[in-house]
Amino acid sequence: MPKLTLSVNGQPRTIDCANATLLVEAIREHLGLTGTHVGCDSSQCGACTVHVDGRSVKSCTMLAVEAEGAAITTIEGLATGNDLHPMQAAFKEHHGLQCGFCTPGMVMSACDLAARNPAPSEGEVRHWLEGNLCRCTGYHNIVKAVRAGAGDMNGGK
Amino acid sequence: MGNAQGIGAAVKRKEDRRFLVGRGQYTDDVTLPNQSYAVFVRSPYGHAKVNGVEAKAALAAPGVLAVLTGADVAADGLGGIPCGWLVKSKDGSPMVEPPHPALAQGKVRHVGDPVAMVIASTKAAAKAAAALVEVDYEPLPAVGLLANAIAPGAPQVWDEAPGNVCFDWHIGDPATTDAAFAKAAHVVELDLVNNRVAPNPMEPRAANGNFDGANDQYTLYTTSQNPHLTRLLLAAFTLKVPEHKLRVIAPDVGGGFGSKIFHYAEELLVLWASRRVGRPVKWTSDRMEAFLTDAHGRDHISNAKLALDANGKFLGLRVHTYAAMGAYLSTFAPAVPTYLYATLLSGPYDFPAIYAEVKAIFTNTVAVDAYRGAGRPEATYLLERLVEKAARQLGMDRVELRRKNLIRADQFPYQTQVALQYDIGDYQATLDLALEQADYAGYAARAAASKAKGKLRGFGMSTYIEACGIAPSALVGALGARAGLYEAANVRIHPTGSVTVFTGTHSHGQGHETTFAQLIADRLGVSTDQVEVVHGDTDRIPFGMGTYGSRSASVGGSAIVKALDKIVDKGKKIAAHLLEASVADIEFKDGQYRVVGTDRVKAFGEVAFAAYVPHNYPIETVEPGLEESAFYDPKNFTFPGGTHLVEVEIDPDTGVVEVASVTIADDVGVIINPMIVDGQAHGGLAQGIGQALLEEAVYDAEGQLTNGTYMGYCMPRAADLPNFKVGNHVTACTHNPLGIKGVGEVGAIGVPPAVINAVLDALAPLGVTDISMPATPEKVWRAIQAARAGKGA
Repeated sequence: MPKLTLSVNGQPRTIDCANATLLVEAIREHLGLTGTHVGCDSSQCGACTVHVDGRSVKSCTMLAVEAEGAAITTIEGLATGNDLHPMQAAFKEHHGLQCGFCTPGMVMSACDLAARNPAPSEGEVRHWLEGNLCRCTGYHNIVKAVRAGAGDMNGGK
Repeated sequence: MGNAQGIGAAVKRKEDRRFLVGRGQYTDDVTLPNQSYAVFVRSPYGHAKVNGVEAKAALAAPGVLAVLTGADVAADGLGGIPCGWLVKSKDGSPMVEPPHPALAQGKVRHVGDPVAMVIASTKAAAKAAAALVEVDYEPLPAVGLLANAIAPGAPQVWDEAPGNVCFDWHIGDPATTDAAFAKAAHVVELDLVNNRVAPNPMEPRAANGNFDGANDQYTLYTTSQNPHLTRLLLAAFTLKVPEHKLRVIAPDVGGGFGSKIFHYAEELLVLWASRRVGRPVKWTSDRMEAFLTDAHGRDHISNAKLALDANGKFLGLRVHTYAAMGAYLSTFAPAVPTYLYATLLSGPYDFPAIYAEVKAIFTNTVAVDAYRGAGRPEATYLLERLVEKAARQLGMDRVELRRKNLIRADQFPYQTQVALQYDIGDYQATLDLALEQADYAGYAARAAASKAKGKLRGFGMSTYIEACGIAPSALVGALGARAGLYEAANVRIHPTGSVTVFTGTHSHGQGHETTFAQLIADRLGVSTDQVEVVHGDTDRIPFGMGTYGSRSASVGGSAIVKALDKIVDKGKKIAAHLLEASVADIEFKDGQYRVVGTDRVKAFGEVAFAAYVPHNYPIETVEPGLEESAFYDPKNFTFPGGTHLVEVEIDPDTGVVEVASVTIADDVGVIINPMIVDGQAHGGLAQGIGQALLEEAVYDAEGQLTNGTYMGYCMPRAADLPNFKVGNHVTACTHNPLGIKGVGEVGAIGVPPAVINAVLDALAPLGVTDISMPATPEKVWRAIQAARAGKGA
């Protein structure tokens, strides 16, 4: 089995995994980080979204071996100690989550949007979240949370 | 009550943190020592004989521990998957209740029907080996569509169900209804289809079974809305081991919407397989498997007739509905198109006569069972499409026709012609509130602005009611339920005054860990931080029937209140002793026991401490400790209702329907947490709009699901939906201690007809008079083309 060396939430990690292993499988099963979820099998739902070298990626669309040498950030890597990341805090503040299953992917995707666009409009948020499905919230409060979180990330606080 | 975290406060959710930092624990996140994995071999045919299963190659594959088939299920005496509700036909005969083996025995009856179970040491090995299992199928004529299943000469799903009829049921009075139609000035008739939808909680189902042979103990982790019900069915019917040897844990569950109520074969099979292979066995559905095996919702074909007098007053309603059951009867399937559908056909209206007939029909598809709203959306869709058509046909104003027929606030309690008695409501008030919030008066100007852009604007509405807070046990028992539908709670006060609440309901997005903590805060004056709410584990919680039918706050919350009453009463006796006063002179308010009319008080925490350190204590008459359990059986259903208003803007060149605005005014009874209540409404609306415009699980005639992935099944995405305007007008439920009605399903119930009525309103100037759900761009475009062609001809 090939050895894979990568950085995960700021820590160097080396794992053995088969060539066919998806990045999401490596994250969940080899690294034990179960905050990243699998909600579909067609790269549509976005529950598996993580950051690879700072950009949001659906980790079901990538082989783990493609992440050799990359810096991966998962939902577990966002908060600083007890302090939630501003996007996480905004989701709580605006009731942007219900069952929580899509939430890690939503938050990771939203952080990437906020990095590219510090003040996204409602329409821009809705368009950006095209690749993230939520069945609970009707998106209403997610959109509010993402806009507020983007503001807070970009010095709005 | 004065507690800033009590009833009515928009407290931020206690459960959010673990989900936001990735520390939720869903069933698939649980990996046990020595874990093994199961993959199912499933039928690719809608209907076939299974002449044999050849597992040699699979068994020889690396890592494979076992390949189990229907023959093994039979040999080990596992019970079939039971149905939880018996409906009788008009003639008194019981419904046809065919067997439902956990793995197919001799025949498969829908695509996805499990034939074999491959267990291996890794998921990849199980998957690879499953591909090596050879099944000798002999395809049989199949019937995938409800419309075909009711046709003469249709293929038979079950030999024992001629015409594919499971039951032929009715409700209401045919004679008074005939008389009403005989004297009617107008009769309005409508044929309609309620489209089949797939529930699609974002977390696919999963089950992890572990048999501990040393202790003869079974543990099941499962994606369930009701772990105690699952344990009951496993114990009594399928696995057949007693409850004390069986622990069912539904940890964090990623949405349910009904689909995780039911006892599924996989839950039984992983436990059984664990016993066979001596290792824990985990199965996790993928999304395609979810489309094929999670119970679907809706799937009705109906004809409805409305009788009105010359002034537009409703005289009678006659309904005939065919309801698909799928190939096997899922846990609550027969109840959905009967007691959750036809009993709602009076809607919020004063109807002197109603008669409804429902034929439940087997099809070669996955089962149809409760999906968010369960029967009530189907009733509302039928009624509100019919009322809208009546307004158009009679040339009456759509608002005024409804207003004229709504049950008035002074008519409650109101006995309908279809069994239900509504306790309270104010439908005029929610109608007025919705119209005001939607700026109905300004609609004409908005329509003109759309027209100036070359778009067609439409306004649609529905005034609806639903029945939830499920349900009085004796009543549902008389109607065929094979279980009670009460709820249980245990409230444990700890020595230092913090509180653990054990509830038999289950939270999979609803926020019970917060709202139930608010009930405690409200009553005992403690902070919600001092309260832990525990759910989802049969070993920790006394009992419970779980979460569905918008029952958790009204039924589960009432059980908590009953337990709190006992706690407060016991505390009074302790406080009376500590304060050297008579129990009759003690009052409890704002977290303090007080001798009435004095400043002599004991804080609740002091009383709790005394209960556990009973040095100065009425030990002769009061036991130490402060913990109480309660069961609450509701006296009636609760009846939320309201008005949903939708405006759409249609591009006539593309047929794309944009939802321009959604404004709702609901009466969900007393609200514990308005933030959570609004969130529940939002989610229901998204599912309702999804059904109306985007979603349909499409089977072909042979029973192939043609769109069972997110590439083919159109889930609502952020850009498909607008922001929602949500308003509430509260009338308190009269028969539960909290005055709560329920909010979980209102969005999905009220909004679909409002969307379609808006689409038809927009298209009416072109001459379009009917369109079915989902009103996709293609369907709308074709309707526009057909109308134009018709006009041109």
